[in-house]
Amino acid sequence: MADAYIFDAVRTPRGKGRKDGALHEITALSLATQVLEALRDRNDLDTSLVDDVVFGCVAPVGEQGSDIARTAVLNADYAQTTAGVQINRFCASGLEACNMAAAKVKSGEAVMAIGGGVESMSRVPMGSDGGAWPVDPSSAFKTYFAPQGIGADLIATLDGFSRDDVDAYAVESQKRAARAWEEGRFRKSVVAVRDQLGFPILARDEHMRPETSMQSLASLNPAFTGPGEMGFDAVVIQRYPQVERVNHVHHAGNSSGIVDGAAGVLIGTKEAGEAAGLKPRARIRGMASIGSEPSIMLTGPALVTEKLLKRLGMQVDDIDLYELNEAFASVVMRFMKVLNVPHDKINVNGGAIAMGHPLGATGAMILGTVLDELERSDQETALITLCVGAGMGTATVIERV
Amino acid sequence: MANFAVTVDDAGIAVVVFDVPGRSMNTLTADVVRELGELVARLASDDAINGAVFTSGKSSGFCAGADLGELGGGFDGDAGGEAEKRALFDASYTLNKLFRSLEMCGKPVAAALNGLALGGGLELALACHYRVVADGAKIQLGLPEAKVGLLPGAGGTQRLPRLVGAMKALPLLLEGKSLSPQEALALGVVHEVVPVERVVAVAKEWIAAKGDAVAPWDKKDFKIPGGGPYTPATTQVFVMGNAMVRKQSFGNYPAQLNIMKCVYEGLQVPIDAALRIESRYFARTAGTPQARGMIRTLFLSMDQLGKGASRPQGFAKSDAKQVAVLGAGMMGAGIAYVQAMSGIETVLIDTTQEGADKGKEYSRKLTDKAVKRGKMTQEKAEALLALIHPTTDYGLIAGSDLVVEAVFEDRGLKADVTRRAEAELAENSVFGSNTSTLPITGLAEVSVRPDKFIGIHFFSPVDRMGLVEIIVGAQTSQETVARAIDYVLKIRKTPIVVNDSRGFYTSRCFGTFVQEGLEMLVEGIAPAIIDNVGRATGMPRGPLEMNDDVALDLSYKVREQARKDLGDAYHGGPVDALIAKMVTELGRLGRKNGRGFYDYAPDGTKKLWPGLADLAPVTVTEADAALIEEIRTRLLYRQAVEAARCMAENVTTNPREADVGAILGWGFAPWTGGPISLIDGVGVGKFVTICDRLAERYGARFAPPQLLRDMAARGESFYGVAKAVAA
Repeated sequence: MADAYIFDAVRTPRGKGRKDGALHEITALSLATQVLEALRDRNDLDTSLVDDVVFGCVAPVGEQGSDIARTAVLNADYAQTTAGVQINRFCASGLEACNMAAAKVKSGEAVMAIGGGVESMSRVPMGSDGGAWPVDPSSAFKTYFAPQGIGADLIATLDGFSRDDVDAYAVESQKRAARAWEEGRFRKSVVAVRDQLGFPILARDEHMRPETSMQSLASLNPAFTGPGEMGFDAVVIQRYPQVERVNHVHHAGNSSGIVDGAAGVLIGTKEAGEAAGLKPRARIRGMASIGSEPSIMLTGPALVTEKLLKRLGMQVDDIDLYELNEAFASVVMRFMKVLNVPHDKINVNGGAIAMGHPLGATGAMILGTVLDELERSDQETALITLCVGAGMGTATVIERV
Repeated sequence: MANFAVTVDDAGIAVVVFDVPGRSMNTLTADVVRELGELVARLASDDAINGAVFTSGKSSGFCAGADLGELGGGFDGDAGGEAEKRALFDASYTLNKLFRSLEMCGKPVAAALNGLALGGGLELALACHYRVVADGAKIQLGLPEAKVGLLPGAGGTQRLPRLVGAMKALPLLLEGKSLSPQEALALGVVHEVVPVERVVAVAKEWIAAKGDAVAPWDKKDFKIPGGGPYTPATTQVFVMGNAMVRKQSFGNYPAQLNIMKCVYEGLQVPIDAALRIESRYFARTAGTPQARGMIRTLFLSMDQLGKGASRPQGFAKSDAKQVAVLGAGMMGAGIAYVQAMSGIETVLIDTTQEGADKGKEYSRKLTDKAVKRGKMTQEKAEALLALIHPTTDYGLIAGSDLVVEAVFEDRGLKADVTRRAEAELAENSVFGSNTSTLPITGLAEVSVRPDKFIGIHFFSPVDRMGLVEIIVGAQTSQETVARAIDYVLKIRKTPIVVNDSRGFYTSRCFGTFVQEGLEMLVEGIAPAIIDNVGRATGMPRGPLEMNDDVALDLSYKVREQARKDLGDAYHGGPVDALIAKMVTELGRLGRKNGRGFYDYAPDGTKKLWPGLADLAPVTVTEADAALIEEIRTRLLYRQAVEAARCMAENVTTNPREADVGAILGWGFAPWTGGPISLIDGVGVGKFVTICDRLAERYGARFAPPQLLRDMAARGESFYGVAKAVAA
């Protein structure tokens, strides 16, 4: 089987996912298109070498519907022969897209493929695509459905993370993201989004609040107390009867932000890279996904990490840097606790609490972020993982070459 | 036609009067359904008929729905098989097709509801194009099927949400709540509310004014109010609704889940397909042991026992006109109130006049509240209170038909008041002891007429608890039993008759639930797990919080008494040591002093007492699905095996009394239909196997009685046998 190499990774800055966000006036198609254009133009890429473009998108309806990947391929003037497919693994879609692109390369289905994703949460709100899981009584009942935030609060309750603990994590995330931007650590990957005239409209993540402090967070009310009282606390307690009551600790300030953005990662065989005159930056050493208990929903990352490391014959300590999507503070804190990963090896440049989580794109974004960081800090291996709706985890291990 | 009278007026409007002969209430019997079919065919084909009005010839109302007796009768055969599924589907779909053909007959059809319309009765009305209902606050319109574990299977789950939207329809369907005519009008379930004598005339006027013969959902531009499941608002209704149904049902009640499924799936397709979906879910629901058990116990058995089914035959009906109550404490005061409610002259005796007066005050508090809420007139309240005569004078007992003794659970005290009361009692009067634990035969030893001595065990609070457990002592006569039942029926409670035994039936079995929870606690299972899973079994509370409510010092006293009475045969174990320590050393008496297994805050909230972990160190801190199932099984089966022992020991003599007594008496999980229905539902053989395993692992308290083994060997069930005996 061929090895899959990463040649380049780009992402847009993340705009606030609201009507007054900078990217609200830019279509999702344009975000996806600009990412594909950047990958082509930065690398002087003959796009006929690209067999397929796999893009994650979690609300693939309206302007994000009807296979936005192929639509963007055509819109970016890629070779007609480049195919495109949109996939959905909820929050891990962007990473799953990269894993699928890598799998295509490894299996010989493609010599070069792009993994990535796009989500304009301001234009196509979360949940726009409906879906049976929480709505159909059959699946809602069977899975003890509760919203993600309830699962995050349940994790905090079970693992004993207090409100102060999760807030402290959030403050640190903001600090790290601010430092990373100040030091230009994202410079390699971030390409400014251009408006309809071709002028830059957003060059920097818009969601960050570097001034965040324990005090400023203390004024925020927990977001999931209401839904919890309406019934979801009772639902998760039926599944986790050891819990006397759910401790609601998460709020907008220690959860991932709602933002717009897109990302893409160029993956291919060594030979294809050589043919295109590209130097591989990293090798994709392995990929995995796993299902986990769906009611608490967000405990997949540690499980998929264990699964993947075992398959690769690696130990937790063999990984130099971890990147785990900051869906909620407790998700990362539990991961660190369960796998004994020190805080200074994980999310070293902040994460979605500070910069936001454009659902379909995030996985590809953080893969690029950690690759940049491996190069900057001259380290070798990284593991990227995300928690996933309905109880799943997806992970990828990369190593520099 | 025997059940319908049809007259066609000059304008060609047929008035169809629904009147099932020989019954006080119209129900949808098989005969009725057959005739309704003929009727609909005639409506459609008879050119002389321009429209029809359905009304009832009964003052009791329009129609109370399906005949649960008929439905229940069919449930004793082989359950859960394909043939049964098909039969249940056919039963529902026949009605659905019939009502649909009425709706599609091409002529305007109005329902003129002169009184209640429930279940299939309301579903018939919903299939009419127009609904006029009589004005009367007490008239009930509703789909109560969910209350007995069923779902409306004649279009109710489809037409109601299409009329009022899923958000408003779901609570009505899930809880089975009835609407008054005005509420129904406000919701849009009926079109007009008029005086009862006008219902038919108004319905005819609507037809005469060219009433629309097309149902809203058969019109091209029809939109479901609030939208289907995948419109934003209704999506939220389902997402929250699913959570709330799980919160309330703990997944124990298939009816509620299947109602959600019916509405969710049905609203996404045209009505004809939706009705097929409904009939499939009806069959799935009606075929469950839960539905069988709930219909049998909560409807049929409750009804039968409420009519005196357990009363011995051959004795003239007695009527207690005056009853003396000994002891004006909480129980005595409550008994005095329910007696006065039923017009019984009540002599309320206590050791001091002050105590007796305080007992009467309890009734005053209740009547004041009822008057304030407009549920009782001041005159009625005064008349009720005038029936209660508080006194210290045993002489006033003279002339009483019955004495109910409700003094403290102390043998000496009970003996004393028995002697004093009997000295005043007429020759043939009955003496009833409201004891919850002391064997009746023993108490009767001091009686000079032990054949007229009986246990009449009330539950607290007396005014709200519907059960009375009648305990037959060794010498109690059948006539005394009959008279005690007459008394219980007069005060509108449900009687069950049991034979003497420690704790009788209800206290004995209820105790096992709490005890099993305590056993788990000393085994090291986290208390939150015990109470959360305890609640999820369908019991009203978890075992630990239940014990707090009952009071731990009471629990301690009962244990001490049992130790004294049983001597070496008594095995207290670590649970007794735990309770003793909490009560005697730590002063944790339960909810009543704010400190028990839980700490109680003044605002009514409670939190597990952190110090409990020192007394019962926790080794099981989490519960996966398998452990949850094991705990659940232990808590339910421990009670069920005790109920089976009561059957084996002839404490209870028939399964329906055992089941009704369990649900009304100690709140045994209603979804099971009672502990005996639970055993039948699981299958006696399988129940024995599971109990043997539990006995091996946790102790002999789970060992099934020989009766169950014999039944398993013969392939019998409790209700199967009961039916054979009855026949």
